[in-house]
Amino acid sequence: MSLENFVSSLSVMLKGMVGIFLVTGVIILIMILLNKLTDIKKK
Amino acid sequence: MLELFENFANIDFRQVIMWIIGGILIYLAIKKDMEPTLLLPIGFGAILVNLPLSGAVTQVYEKGEEIGIIDILFNAGIANELFPLLLFVGIGAMIDFGPLLSNPKLMLFGAAAQFGIFFTLSMARLFGFDIIDAASISIIGAADGPTSIFVANYLGSQYLGAIIVAAYSYMALVPIVQPPVIKLITTKKERLIRMPYEPKNVTKLTRILFPIVITMITGIVSPRSVALIGFLMFGNLIRECGVLDSLSDTAQKTLANLVTLFLGITIATKMQADQFLKLDTLLILGLGLVAFVFDTVGGVMFAKFLNLFLKKKINPMIGAAGISAFPMSARVVHKMGLQEDEQNFLLMHSIGVNVSGQIASVIAGGLILNLIG
Repeated sequence: MSLENFVSSLSVMLKGMVGIFLVTGVIILIMILLNKLTDIKKK
Repeated sequence: MLELFENFANIDFRQVIMWIIGGILIYLAIKKDMEPTLLLPIGFGAILVNLPLSGAVTQVYEKGEEIGIIDILFNAGIANELFPLLLFVGIGAMIDFGPLLSNPKLMLFGAAAQFGIFFTLSMARLFGFDIIDAASISIIGAADGPTSIFVANYLGSQYLGAIIVAAYSYMALVPIVQPPVIKLITTKKERLIRMPYEPKNVTKLTRILFPIVITMITGIVSPRSVALIGFLMFGNLIRECGVLDSLSDTAQKTLANLVTLFLGITIATKMQADQFLKLDTLLILGLGLVAFVFDTVGGVMFAKFLNLFLKKKINPMIGAAGISAFPMSARVVHKMGLQEDEQNFLLMHSIGVNVSGQIASVIAGGLILNLIG
């Protein structure tokens, strides 16, 4: 058991979760944008 | 005549244990229908490579080295990440991103349900694994075989065999692992929340542009995972473009089947008794379970958190489908919804979340490579 290692790896957890939500946010925006743009083109 | 039997003297008790493990995997594949396409070849391979002086794997003799066919396959297909990537073309061709494109917000649950990966990384560090092995073990939580193989192999983990066995075993066990966790952290009232499905029309142009744009964005953000997401999205583009039906069909069936066939048996090279039978392997299996449990917790708790601010409440169970195990996880959530209320159809929402988990797990794999690799 290495509590020190556990604590030092928490920063990776934080960076990972922040990173994944950031990329996901961008993807969601793109999906919304794509839907809107292609809808406009269709109309 | 005695020469025929002299190899019996080379049988090691650890090899016998591996035969039993191989037998159990074959039993689970055939009798319990647990991921048979992979557990059966892995089980057979585990027996094959653990026969004394097995010619299927590389052996060193006085005269020199004899390279085994399984090692040749490993170097040709897994060491260079070829097999998982080819498999991703097939998986991409199988996935319909329509439910996700119809409701893009579902993607958030896919992100939240990757929590198990990062939590397990810290847990593996707690148990003394070095950062490379901890990151490789954590990727079991991607609930996605090709991503697990890709990342663990890229990082050069010594536990590749155990990681892959754990990843595929827990994917098969999703219907057993997830329901008790979901029930533990949700109330009956929450599980009864109905979510009427209001499908929106997704244009063909959106479906075609989606895989291209996602590849570009994730490739720029996480260049190391661009091959994974790129091959997944290439398969999807073939499916959605409408002019390559024959290729799409081949990718979904023939290509995916062929690669799967060799993937399972090739992985067995990492299941040789001296490499596999370690206390660490049991620990990795345990950490794999932690990863799946905390993926589920992450997805469900995030939905509960969102419900604090939403007027139109979300059934938090759909958050659990954010793990990539497709389509088992979506089916589990749908079934649990029906068990609580016969008129509560969560399938389309959970499918949307489930396919978002497929993308999110690849992104998580890329982030792991960026942060650790």
